[in-house]
Amino acid sequence: MRRDAKSHSKPRFNGADMAMSRDEVYSKVQGVLVDALGVDDEQVKPTARLKQDLGAESIDFLDIVFRLEKAFGIKIPRGELVPENVLTDPNYVQNGRVTPAGMTELKKRMPYVDLNEFEKNPQVDQLPFTVDAVVRYVQSKLPA
Amino acid sequence: MRWIWIDKFTEFTSRTSATAVKNVTLAEEQLHDLYPDFPIYPHSLIVEGMAQTAGILVGEAGGFAEKVILAKIGRATFHQLVRPGDSLTFSAKIEQFSQQGASASGTVTTDGKLVAEIELMFSHIDQNMAGMEFPEHNFVFTEQFTELLKSYRLQGEITL
Repeated sequence: MRRDAKSHSKPRFNGADMAMSRDEVYSKVQGVLVDALGVDDEQVKPTARLKQDLGAESIDFLDIVFRLEKAFGIKIPRGELVPENVLTDPNYVQNGRVTPAGMTELKKRMPYVDLNEFEKNPQVDQLPFTVDAVVRYVQSKLPA
Repeated sequence: MRWIWIDKFTEFTSRTSATAVKNVTLAEEQLHDLYPDFPIYPHSLIVEGMAQTAGILVGEAGGFAEKVILAKIGRATFHQLVRPGDSLTFSAKIEQFSQQGASASGTVTTDGKLVAEIELMFSHIDQNMAGMEFPEHNFVFTEQFTELLKSYRLQGEITL
């Protein structure tokens, strides 16, 4: 069932004076993804990958950035959540696989993405940009 | 035929909001395509009217330097049919705007009654399509669109 984003965005207490818990961040991120991607709540699991599992296309990432900015009152600089010019760079991706240099770059640019398993077989179309990664990114942007 | 689905602007606040009007007439061919003997204005053209209202608003916000393309219809909810003789009012506002694109939302009404609620995403394509090249001239904002805005701005100045 599709849930209204507003139901996710109701703060249980004033977020200005108290840090948000991981569950609260997760619930809001889930609402953002349900609205941006037109998927069901149940599909937005922590391990679901935005592209492969939830069907996100390139314009959806801009939509997600806009909605996250609004939902959390944060500013997301261009290329920070979704780095540009990494996966299209021939030094970083060859024959559909991320090169060691590309892996170093990804670790630097996307510290919130868990690349441990991916590193064993780094097929570029299997990049684990998951719901959990978005939650970790948002948490890194919020005051501790 | 000209691909222009709004007739005039009645309000335009740079980078913020715009209101446009479209008068639906029985003379328009597209009213007769869906149901025989029951002419209605197609929903797809209601979305297009909002895309043109909001698209010009987004284009103007960037000084018409960007090629603004409708990239996503986030939501389009329709509440009633539009019939010949209806006058549609498109009210659009920019929700968010960045170097890469913009999001906009709006309502469509006729006679004060809600016809549709629409949310759209626009892409500044030169900023987004890595590896693809587009013609240098701005093929999105052709004269037929910029004329609309020009004539709205002139309205206040013309006295007969």
